[in-house]
Amino acid sequence: MKDPAATTLLEVRGLHATVNGVPILKGLDLTVRAGEVHAIMGPNGSGKSTFSKVLAGHPAYEVTGGEVLFEGRNLFELEADARARAGVFLAFQYPVEIPGVTNSAFLRLAYNAKAAAEGREELDPLEFDDLVREKAKLVEMDPSFLDRSVNDGFSGGEKKRNEILQMAILEPKLAILDETDSGLDIDALRIVAGGVNALSSPARAIVMITHYQRLLNYIVPDHVHVMADGRILKSGDRSLALELEARGYDWVTGAREAA
Amino acid sequence: MVAIPLPALGSQALPPVPGAAAAAGLAEVVEAARAAAGRLPVPTPHDEAWRFTDLSPLARQPWQVDSGAAPTLDAARLAPLELDEAADARLVFVDGRFAPVLSSTAALPSGVRVGALAAMLADGGPAVREHLGRHAAFDVDFFSAVNTARLGEGAAVVCARGVQVPGAVHLLFLSTGRSAPLAIQPRVLVVAGEGSELTVVEEYASLGDSMVFTNAVTECVVEPGATLRHVRLQRENAVSFHVGRCAVSVARDARYRSVAVDIGARLSRLDHAVTLAGEGAEVTRDGLALLDARQHADSHTLLDHAKPHGTSRQLHKCVCDGGSHAVFNGRILVRPDAQRTDSSQQSRALLLSARAQVNAKPQLEIHADDVKAAHGATVGQLDADERFYLASRGLPADQARRLLTYAFAAEVIERIPVRSLVGRLAAQVMARSGL
Ligand SMILES: Nc1ncnc2c1ncn2[C@@H]1O[C@H](COP(=O)(O)OP(=O)(O)O)[C@@H](O)[C@H]1O
Ligand SMILES: [Mg+2]
Repeated sequence: MKDPAATTLLEVRGLHATVNGVPILKGLDLTVRAGEVHAIMGPNGSGKSTFSKVLAGHPAYEVTGGEVLFEGRNLFELEADARARAGVFLAFQYPVEIPGVTNSAFLRLAYNAKAAAEGREELDPLEFDDLVREKAKLVEMDPSFLDRSVNDGFSGGEKKRNEILQMAILEPKLAILDETDSGLDIDALRIVAGGVNALSSPARAIVMITHYQRLLNYIVPDHVHVMADGRILKSGDRSLALELEARGYDWVTGAREAA
Repeated sequence: MVAIPLPALGSQALPPVPGAAAAAGLAEVVEAARAAAGRLPVPTPHDEAWRFTDLSPLARQPWQVDSGAAPTLDAARLAPLELDEAADARLVFVDGRFAPVLSSTAALPSGVRVGALAAMLADGGPAVREHLGRHAAFDVDFFSAVNTARLGEGAAVVCARGVQVPGAVHLLFLSTGRSAPLAIQPRVLVVAGEGSELTVVEEYASLGDSMVFTNAVTECVVEPGATLRHVRLQRENAVSFHVGRCAVSVARDARYRSVAVDIGARLSRLDHAVTLAGEGAEVTRDGLALLDARQHADSHTLLDHAKPHGTSRQLHKCVCDGGSHAVFNGRILVRPDAQRTDSSQQSRALLLSARAQVNAKPQLEIHADDVKAAHGATVGQLDADERFYLASRGLPADQARRLLTYAFAAEVIERIPVRSLVGRLAAQVMARSGL
């Protein structure tokens, strides 16, 4: 914990959620303060993406118990779009392709939706073009990607960069990165991590979901959590990630079974 | 002014049409069409080709055949419809009559002749007489028969061999609603001579909000090695009726690229028949119906592969909101002679409301054995993951829905080979969906 006095951005208490009636999250607790970087690690199928989508408001997931406060306010009172405008951002594990919608139009509509909600001035296409070109440099994205349909025909790495570009445009308070590192080669990983680091600030928090400790060499977490079977089983500092890498998840999940 | 019931529109003795067809030796055609119009019944849903389209609201209505007013307009009302690519390459028709003061063909190169039918019959060269009335069969079709019986007003575009026409030719048929209900019978002939290259935009639009019945017939002839790009845009008001027939003949090694968009009318029907009449003909035929409220749009296409080595590509999309109803019947005929035909047809429908309806049917008739023919049809709703993705970026649900609807339609709109029209339609679709 960098600063125990920092404001609490996200408070998750005893969160339960189901998809198609199947329980996936089974009592998840997590506290994230402004300025912090958290990493959530855990085996496939442990519910990490489910957690991120529940926070973002995906309609397929039903919250069956517990509560989530965002800046002290019940997050579930807000629809997905209102959460985004309030400052919650999810970088998707599998970004969606939207043929027929140009990336630049999409980014501008997103920017303006948030600007309008905050009472800031909306930007016309020309004004926005300047902004988006500047931000694209951050993730070393060729401007030609702005004229293409959203994620349509993008490679895995290009999609991930596009997610970080969206984050850079929206400047969220809480960014949840769901396996943004997976499928990236070392260069792309460095670029994406650089983009994320450039956006971190004492007012923002980042929750990274990842399989690999590799990413944590680039974006250094304050807290590391191990998730299994819909719960956080163990939390610690960076050294927990290294230990996990050395000993495998069984070390944590097995320990739970033994307990 | 006297109003004529629909069944009598083509057969009843009416004041002569301005632009005397008879003078140019077409009297026989007109006579035969008049006889056919008297003989043929107005189609009903008992006719297989009209199963899903009930014409009784059109048939119940008596129609005036002449607005009685001079074909003029305040130029300011025309300005928003002008296309950059067709500056001084435009013919305008107001309430069915040619409007010379609003038209100009000054930008066109020599070698392409564009004019009102009457003038073109008089001095447009032999191609007009040779082709007019020869491609759109009127002996079996009530609406073609009526149109041909009233032959006179319309446009002809004749492009000489080897001439490449830059930009586009814009044929704009406007109704003002000054006198209603008005039935108009536009006629278009396009001849792209051997090896020529030409883009024609045929547009039907209402400037008023009173009821019009447009019964349009278009014939296109694409001679060997020529390229004709043909955009047909129907955006009449929501109380009007639109029936269109378009017959196209594509010769050896010629290309016909067409996009037909229906976004207007209370009830519209388009029969678009394209014959690949020479070896190696290449056709793309894309369509979009974008409907809301109680609109009904029926599109019947026929791609008739008559000769070997023909290629056809077809994408048809329907977007139905409210209680609207879209019909698509896509017939592909491969005749015994048409070996090595390569054809594909995709039909996609997007239903935005539980009350909206679509009937989409591919109809493949293949009589040759060495043929590639692919087809697919889907009907669906907006994709939940795409909606969530947009929501997760802060777009309100309603805006996300409109953006995705536009995106669905854009695939066809963007195939229109006239940039300013793409932009205008995009803006219109967005505005219509309130973006
Ligand atoms: N939409 C869904 N429908 C059915 N099962 C789902 C859905 N989403 C997730 N699950 C199930 O929930 C469990 C957790 O998945 P997920 O949250 O994707 O895990 P992780 O991201 O940790 O790999 C898995 O068993 C998965 O099959
Ligand atoms: Mg996952």
